[in-house]
Amino acid sequence: MNNFNRSKFVEFGLRFYILLSFGFVFAPIAASFVFSFNSDRFPSIPLGSFSTEWYQAVATDPLVWDGLRNTLFVGFIVSVVSTILGFGAAYTDFRYRFFGKSVYMALALLPPTIPVVIMGLAMLAYLSRINLSGQSISVIISHIVICSPFAMAITRLRLSQMDPDLEAAAWNLGASEWAAMRYVIVPFALPAIFGALFITMAVSFDEFAISWFVSGLNETLPVKVLGFLQGQVSPRINAIGTFVFVTSMTLVIIAQILLTRQMRDTNIVAKD
Amino acid sequence: MQNEPLVTFNGVIKKFGGFVAVQKLDLEIHKGEFLAIMGSSGCGKTTTLRMLAGLDAPTEGEIRLSGKPINDLPTWQRDTPMVWQSLALFPFLNVIENVEFALKMRGVGAKERRSRAENWLERMQISEFATRNIAQLSGGQRQRVALARSLVVEPEILLLDEPLSALDANLKVRMQSVLQGLQQELGITFVYVTHSQSEAFSMADRVVIMSKGVVEQVGTAQEIYRAPKTRFVAEFLGSSNIFSGKCDGNGNLETAVGKLHLPKAGTTQRKGQSATIVILDTRAHLSVTQPKGDVDFVRANVIGEEFTGATATIYLEAEDGSELRVQKDHETLAALPINVGQSLYVSWQPNETHLIPDV
Repeated sequence: MNNFNRSKFVEFGLRFYILLSFGFVFAPIAASFVFSFNSDRFPSIPLGSFSTEWYQAVATDPLVWDGLRNTLFVGFIVSVVSTILGFGAAYTDFRYRFFGKSVYMALALLPPTIPVVIMGLAMLAYLSRINLSGQSISVIISHIVICSPFAMAITRLRLSQMDPDLEAAAWNLGASEWAAMRYVIVPFALPAIFGALFITMAVSFDEFAISWFVSGLNETLPVKVLGFLQGQVSPRINAIGTFVFVTSMTLVIIAQILLTRQMRDTNIVAKD
Repeated sequence: MQNEPLVTFNGVIKKFGGFVAVQKLDLEIHKGEFLAIMGSSGCGKTTTLRMLAGLDAPTEGEIRLSGKPINDLPTWQRDTPMVWQSLALFPFLNVIENVEFALKMRGVGAKERRSRAENWLERMQISEFATRNIAQLSGGQRQRVALARSLVVEPEILLLDEPLSALDANLKVRMQSVLQGLQQELGITFVYVTHSQSEAFSMADRVVIMSKGVVEQVGTAQEIYRAPKTRFVAEFLGSSNIFSGKCDGNGNLETAVGKLHLPKAGTTQRKGQSATIVILDTRAHLSVTQPKGDVDFVRANVIGEEFTGATATIYLEAEDGSELRVQKDHETLAALPINVGQSLYVSWQPNETHLIPDV
């Protein structure tokens, strides 16, 4: 970019502003990160010595492992199922025109806009009525509901970059509808499908409110964290928090890399 | 050229909602011919091609391929490969995988697939790009990949939907000769949809001109150019002086620019019947003084000049507003005062005109 005409003063101000914004967003997380390695019992300045004792405490706590196992189990199933559902919805939008399509799309995108407390309550009320509350499956069902729209949005964006002639070209070359799906649509959307897998897993991994309502005894990690917090203030929270943060950031970053790369590929094609 | 029909359209109609894209199309496409379907956008040419490929279903009528009705045959069961305007190459496959695609869908084994695809890459002179990504190719190279991808199944018919429209002028002419050469070499039928007169006329054995879903004329380039069947065709070709009017029964046509002679063959026209005469721009002459002898002429003002290589086309406007064109070599034009607003006489021999009787 050509910065030749920009005033040095404004330039400096803008850079400072960016730093400030990032500081504002990341300071609490950084604090939690720093204190998780602090030997002191209470988060206070000056810091004590460097220590991994809280991580050890967490690692030896069977309750934490329980929560983690639940979280991973739920996250895995949720990401696979909601990616499949999201792909289906996105493909429907790409391929078909039908009466009421805008309503269909609005409904499909709705769940994340509902306040989570209301969503959690509704889920609890509904799932307990059909005897599905308080189990891992309850968390899975609820998470699929909020994760599918994310998967759909990601896949839909990818499909919108696809030359609509591509699928017809596959048919024209002898591919049945299923073969075209397998050999053209899915390979084209593959980066988005992986992106959706990671993002939905991250969403499920972090989600607290709904899990708190419906999980019962099969608590996921975020729900466990709240349990700790209510029992006693312990730097273990910082350790778990750091772990959860690093995990979901990793998932989101992987998804970002996949999705930016697909954008770049498409741009090369589109440029010509 | 054999005259056996490979494709027959029998009263084919295509409607999209209330819009009629193709109206009652009856057309035979012969085995081994290069047929161009030409018209401006929305004339139904692409719809016709898509119906043949099975991408759109006719609302009414029947399409036959090699004598068999194909209306209900899904597109993947027809051997009617198409070269798309967008080319529609698969961006996630490399060049040779693109070419192999149709063979893979037909269940051809991996080894045979590869060797047949390699064969076609060689034929299209793109072997060196076999493992390249589509994004790394130039427009002309992509064009060749698209052709190889369609031809690898050795079809009897190849459909082309404005495949050259994205190329620059030089490349266009080169690809035209590639296409023509391929068609002659393979001896298969090419159905080529285009809005470009030069593409259609320079490559095709026969040209179909469509307008608003109706076939206006079918014939060789010469036939259509010399003897347009309708006023639309004459206007579409854009190289003619066109005058409509009513016959007076004495071999004359009363037009807005005056009384003009009908060509001799057309003197049997009844009085009062409306007709159109067409004078090619290459058959018209210019003069400063009123031409003498047995010629027809119109007085008109110069409105512009277009340089077209060895010749130039002079655009003129008659008093009633109708536009005239005269194409002449530069020497002839140098002797004339060609300035905007200059009044000149446009003249022609009455027997060199072409008559279009109104239906």
